[in-house]
Amino acid sequence: MTESPTPPPRIALQNVAKRFGANAVLRDVTLEVGRGRSLVIIGGSGTGKSVTLKCVIGLIEPDSGTIRLDGEDITHARGRRRDALLNRFGMLFQGAALFDSLPVWRNVAFRVLQTRPAKDAREIAIEKLRRVGLTPDVADRFPAELSGGMQKRVGLARAIAAEPEIIFFDEPTTGLDPIMADVINDLIREIVSEMGATAMTITHDMTSVRRIADDVAMLHDGVVQWLGPIADLDNSANPYVDQFIHGRADGPIAAVR
Amino acid sequence: MMVLGTLQRLVAAVGAATLGLCAGAGRLAIFAAGSVSHVFRPPFYFGEFGRQLLRIGYFSLPVVGLTALFTGAALALQIYAGGARFNAETVVPSIVAIGITRELGPVLGGLMVAGRVSASVAAEIATMRVTEQIDALTTLSTNPQKYLVAPRLLAATLALPALVAVGDAIGILGGFLVGVGRLNFNEGAYMKNTLDFLEVGDVTSGLVKAAVFGFIIALMGCYHGYFSGRGAQGVGRATTNAVVSASIMILAANYMLTDIFFGN
Ligand SMILES: Nc1ncnc2c1ncn2[C@@H]1O[C@H](COP(=O)(O)OP(=O)(O)OP(=O)(O)O)[C@@H](O)[C@H]1O
Ligand SMILES: [Mg+2]
Repeated sequence: MTESPTPPPRIALQNVAKRFGANAVLRDVTLEVGRGRSLVIIGGSGTGKSVTLKCVIGLIEPDSGTIRLDGEDITHARGRRRDALLNRFGMLFQGAALFDSLPVWRNVAFRVLQTRPAKDAREIAIEKLRRVGLTPDVADRFPAELSGGMQKRVGLARAIAAEPEIIFFDEPTTGLDPIMADVINDLIREIVSEMGATAMTITHDMTSVRRIADDVAMLHDGVVQWLGPIADLDNSANPYVDQFIHGRADGPIAAVR
Repeated sequence: MMVLGTLQRLVAAVGAATLGLCAGAGRLAIFAAGSVSHVFRPPFYFGEFGRQLLRIGYFSLPVVGLTALFTGAALALQIYAGGARFNAETVVPSIVAIGITRELGPVLGGLMVAGRVSASVAAEIATMRVTEQIDALTTLSTNPQKYLVAPRLLAATLALPALVAVGDAIGILGGFLVGVGRLNFNEGAYMKNTLDFLEVGDVTSGLVKAAVFGFIIALMGCYHGYFSGRGAQGVGRATTNAVVSASIMILAANYMLTDIFFGN
């Protein structure tokens, strides 16, 4: 029962490990995200970045380690407790994961519809679509009728529609043209800076990293190899980070050919 | 030595298969119990329920109707031919009615709907699993079992008796058409004979069977879809397994229900 002078970080992972059969994806992940800050996770394909986010939100249960939200251990929260937590989260999935059977606006307003009448929800959905650069005529189409990049943006609109405190973006700009990617980077920055949300973003796009991040975590081999503020990224003196941000084939990260 | 090794492997394989079967049965039981409990606990998704009722019930009408029509017609021919061997051709109307309502209406109807509905439910839910839509539901504070499984279970359990009731009528009509058109029965006599010998229990037992089959159809579709493997292959396997297991469970359940209703 020690009184800490500073509040606990919004999200803290400590020694989190997860394996799928023989595949040890996360071996020992420890990282923190402060309140109202934006953490970007970088790392090679298949290193467990998406798995990390899913552990925090509760879609995957870690084998060991603890995950804390505002200091409270939520690693194994289930049932009503997990429901209460989920109300505070929003998530954009890597593959958008839109509901095929529902029109776009019902996708975006899915959570809002749980508490508000359909008319309001639809207005909110159209406003969110506008913020991700989509026109109102998209609202009544079905996800299968949209391009990949449009689906991604609808997924983003759905993640932010209920204005959650904590938002996860899994590769928000993948599949977008450079101009639209910039719009989305701005939007994510705005959500963190102006609305005070806490964000964790996965991206391979270094331009995005520099636009979105307050802090950067480099994941490789199931371990966070480096975690620091964006200002230190270019002189991290960490061989993994160096190789990654300069996109070199030779270095400690083996590129299998 | 080699024989022993082979034997050991064989025993191990049988053991592993048995364990797998038990684990599967346990998982199915937990899944079924959880899903049924969601049918009775709010929130209720009426829109989803309505859509499923339309899809499972209404759109299965042609399949069930045609199945019943041809089955009733063929049954009339068979019973006439069989009955002729001991001068009992007059039993055609009543045996057709009993055969259709007790047994062939629900079983053949159930099997046809299993092929149609189990497959499409399994493919749909497996695709949702593979494309992370089920995970997305969870992150949007919606229990996927309540949102996806419960409405399908309820819709199928209610729709199948209605479908089979319609099928019964069409099947008897099929027998009637053949009886009057080909076998020279008198129209009025055929109808009277059918109604005189048909008992309420014949029909209701068939409808109870239909409800159970409806539950099995939706449960197998949802279960195999929900626990589908990854990728397109996972979806394909879920679809096949759903149809095969639903069909076999329908036939097994039919035997047990028949024994309960009519066995001594
Ligand atoms: N549900 C699962 N079952 C089995 N293995 C899984 C599962 N989810 C992820 N994996 C495995 O975990 C590893 C990491 O996957 P993850 O999706 O987290 O990678 P990632 O870092 O997000 O990569 P990318 O940048 O390509 O999206 C992969 O080897 C993947 O096969
Ligand atoms: Mg990923």
